[in-house]
Amino acid sequence: MKTLDPIAVKQITKVNWAPFYLLGPAALLMAMFLLGPLLAVLGLSFTDYQLGAKSLNWIGFENFIELYHDKNFWRSLRNTALYSVVVVPTSVLLGLGVALLIEAQKSFKDFYRTIFFLPVMATLIAMAISWQFILHPSFGFLNLLLKEFGLQGHNWLRTEGLALWVLAAIGIWNQFGFNMVLFLAGLVSIPRHLYDAAAMDGASTALERFRLVTWPLLGPVTLFVVVITAIRSFQVFDTVAILTKGGPSKSTEVLLYTMYAEGFEFFKSGYASAVTIVFLVIVLALTLIKTRYLEKRVHYV
Amino acid sequence: MSSIVIQKISKSFGVTSVLKDLSLTIKDGEFVSLLGPSGCGKSTLLRLIAGLDVAEQGSIVVGQHDVTRLPPKARDLAMVFQSYALYPHLSVYDNIAVPLRMRRLNAWQRLPGVRLFSRVQQKIEREIRQDILEVAATLGIQALLPRKPAQLSGGQRQRVALGRAMVRKPEAFLMDEPLSNLDAKLRVHMRSELSQLHRTLGATFLYVTHDQAEALTMSDRIAVMMEGAILQYDTPDEIYRNPSDLRVAEFVGSPRINMLQGWVCEGRLEVSETARKQLENSYLDLSVEAPHGLGVVVAFRSEQCSLVSAGQSALQGVVTHLENLGSETLVHVRTKQAKDPIIVRIAAQAPRVQLGSLVGVSLAMLPLVFSEHGPRLSAKTGWQDALQTASALAFEAA
Amino acid sequence: MFSRTLRHVVLLLLAAVVLFPFIWMVLTSLKPPEEIYVDHIRWLPDRMYWIENYTRAFTKAPLAQYLLNGVIVTVSIFLLQVFVNLPAAYALSKLRWKGREFVFGLVLACLLIPPHAVAIPVFLLLHQLGLLNSYASLILPWTISVFGIFLMRQFFMTVPDDLVDAARMDGISEFGIVWRVMLPVAYPALTAFGIFSLVAHWNDYFWPLIAVNEQALFTPPLGVVHFRNDDAGTDFGALMAAATVVITPLLVAFVFLQRRFVQGITMTGMK
Repeated sequence: MKTLDPIAVKQITKVNWAPFYLLGPAALLMAMFLLGPLLAVLGLSFTDYQLGAKSLNWIGFENFIELYHDKNFWRSLRNTALYSVVVVPTSVLLGLGVALLIEAQKSFKDFYRTIFFLPVMATLIAMAISWQFILHPSFGFLNLLLKEFGLQGHNWLRTEGLALWVLAAIGIWNQFGFNMVLFLAGLVSIPRHLYDAAAMDGASTALERFRLVTWPLLGPVTLFVVVITAIRSFQVFDTVAILTKGGPSKSTEVLLYTMYAEGFEFFKSGYASAVTIVFLVIVLALTLIKTRYLEKRVHYV
Repeated sequence: MSSIVIQKISKSFGVTSVLKDLSLTIKDGEFVSLLGPSGCGKSTLLRLIAGLDVAEQGSIVVGQHDVTRLPPKARDLAMVFQSYALYPHLSVYDNIAVPLRMRRLNAWQRLPGVRLFSRVQQKIEREIRQDILEVAATLGIQALLPRKPAQLSGGQRQRVALGRAMVRKPEAFLMDEPLSNLDAKLRVHMRSELSQLHRTLGATFLYVTHDQAEALTMSDRIAVMMEGAILQYDTPDEIYRNPSDLRVAEFVGSPRINMLQGWVCEGRLEVSETARKQLENSYLDLSVEAPHGLGVVVAFRSEQCSLVSAGQSALQGVVTHLENLGSETLVHVRTKQAKDPIIVRIAAQAPRVQLGSLVGVSLAMLPLVFSEHGPRLSAKTGWQDALQTASALAFEAA
Repeated sequence: MFSRTLRHVVLLLLAAVVLFPFIWMVLTSLKPPEEIYVDHIRWLPDRMYWIENYTRAFTKAPLAQYLLNGVIVTVSIFLLQVFVNLPAAYALSKLRWKGREFVFGLVLACLLIPPHAVAIPVFLLLHQLGLLNSYASLILPWTISVFGIFLMRQFFMTVPDDLVDAARMDGISEFGIVWRVMLPVAYPALTAFGIFSLVAHWNDYFWPLIAVNEQALFTPPLGVVHFRNDDAGTDFGALMAAATVVITPLLVAFVFLQRRFVQGITMTGMK
């Protein structure tokens, strides 16, 4: 008679411990670095805590009231909105346009796709420094190029009316490749025979085909791309931090930079948390739109 | 090799009770099939025996060991899945090696790379190799050992799955519809291979299937299950010839058993749309031990009846369909007494029957009688009674 | 015919504009100062100065140290992410237990949280634990990746249940099943996630800026900025060299692993 393997013979217990030890570390880390902090930032926004202070006091909505009266904060919010208003439509349309052009190609698709995707994944900080040099008032390529054509050069990053748009241009350069990839995926999923049907129905030019087939079927993808571009532009930080530091005269001060300055340069944790809450509400609203879309997609796919 | 004894097993999923108070004993070395339609609970029962699920009540004893609360690894049972469940990233050799390595090597030895250093492990690996080659030879899959499952055909994967189960020399084999994913011809071939394997190994096989032909051809005994209960547990012959329940009679046998509606009138069978007089001197002239007025079903197999000219039988009708199988022909006759056409088997050499012609169906032997609720009823012909009485009297007289 | 040429022309022009910062950066890193500080456009260097520029990049700032930090941080983050998040994804996809839907709901809720939003409390927490200004502060907060859990869970759900059962019959423990059965089958998803993780954390500026202020711990983005802010701020040759070095690993990997790259980074959007 065979005896049973003694090591294996441990009874099945009433409680299955596997989920606990498999999820344990993740659950703990989630509490420590995501859920806990989320509640903490909400709580902190109602206090006057500053880093290094011995204690903190509950001050209710005072931070938010101060925020409401803070001209700097409104400037920051406005700049961020302006930045997004420029970056979102431009990078979405550019991404769409390039995707359409590439998709229409028979060859070199991968080549172009690689090139346009490079700005997305190359370290933005490093590339921003390259841009800084290009935009240098004296030795930068841009001003030198304009000089060749007899045009006036500018101090791009130090001029109040220009700096924000320059940053927006860099932002577009950095982001449109990402949108292009998403649009390419969307274009590929449009069934070929719809174009044939459109041709039979009399759509002869590219523009007509676009209006009849491509644009409507890309609808969901477009919405998705718009929302995530909006979310990303609201989170602009790197270029501001290293190229303008919010200047000149706060013309490029953006929401995350304000939060960073208040929280990590002035260490006014309570106040910075209030700024964070505003940031969070905006991004959350946009993210929820995106998630709603993703759910719909999951149901139909 | 061991027996498996299941006592009063109950299992529910949420509020749905799938198995209730089920008991079953499988003898050492037996090939037992769990036969039933989808959803009857046969796979659930198999999983409980394997240890992949835990029952709320009852006990499972394999050989001498009560394994009810033991995890699968400890039960020393092997399972072959319908989808074969081969590890796609491992070669056939490694697939078969997994259960051996899990048992003979400890956690340290199983880490990748350790094999290079440990003398002990190399020895164990050599032993494992021996076992694998032995099993591969039995199944004829030596050439497949270096390949990955994706490169194999369905039948080959089947064999690898069997190999993985066999290599451990387990107490018993559990099989969950292993042949369903194969094409028809291969399935028939594999049936005989599995039977032979069973004979060679002398092992206990518990085989789950919804295919009654598989169960009939391969098993020593069949447990017919429906709605979480075992209706009948018997040899294939008995199940086929002596089903204890109408549902068993309906499920087993191809083509389906023929059924007539009737009722009991003062201990005698009445068949719908048929006068008492027409039944006399046929095998439908039955006395039934059942309360007056009870609805009954009279059932007989397609090979237990024959075609006669229309006037010669109470059961007559029009030929609506002919199925020519080559070796025989199945004749479908639509009658007034039966809801579905009666199917009659006639030999290939028999005279041709015309579609649409009027024929009669005559029973060649005593049919089965079931209460409309299911259980089998005892029935005898009136003239058999008379015959017996006469022979008894004659005997006495002599 | 005409439209095809026109398309190529447009695409090539656009490609030129898009590639320009890269090309100019590399070209500048090859030039001597007298060719950089000029008042007209010079394309190619007359004198090759790249040895000097790149040497200065590595000596005036501890560029090698920065790169090493980048490797240590990104690789550690990824390995820890695998170790923490894969078992969690398995428990959420293949095991049945009470509260599973609730926990998965929490995971989904966490997906909505932008990392910047929790920076302040996490910073304060690490400060309390005395972990600021260390590798731990750079690595620890990122080990939990709800995106990773979500992604791997979706892939794990496509693994047939039979396979998991067969593994249990073979005697593999639940923990073993994660590594021996799930991981090999969901391998493509893991590599795509890996690329996303490695690239995202190599490029991250915001968090390292907050978490460390000791030069020896700087990651490549921090290092390059520091280099610029230093007196080397006007040494554009060396600065461009440093920037080139920082993005080179990504570019090289990208060229070879193109498809996986696009997959991985696209998933950030899909989340």
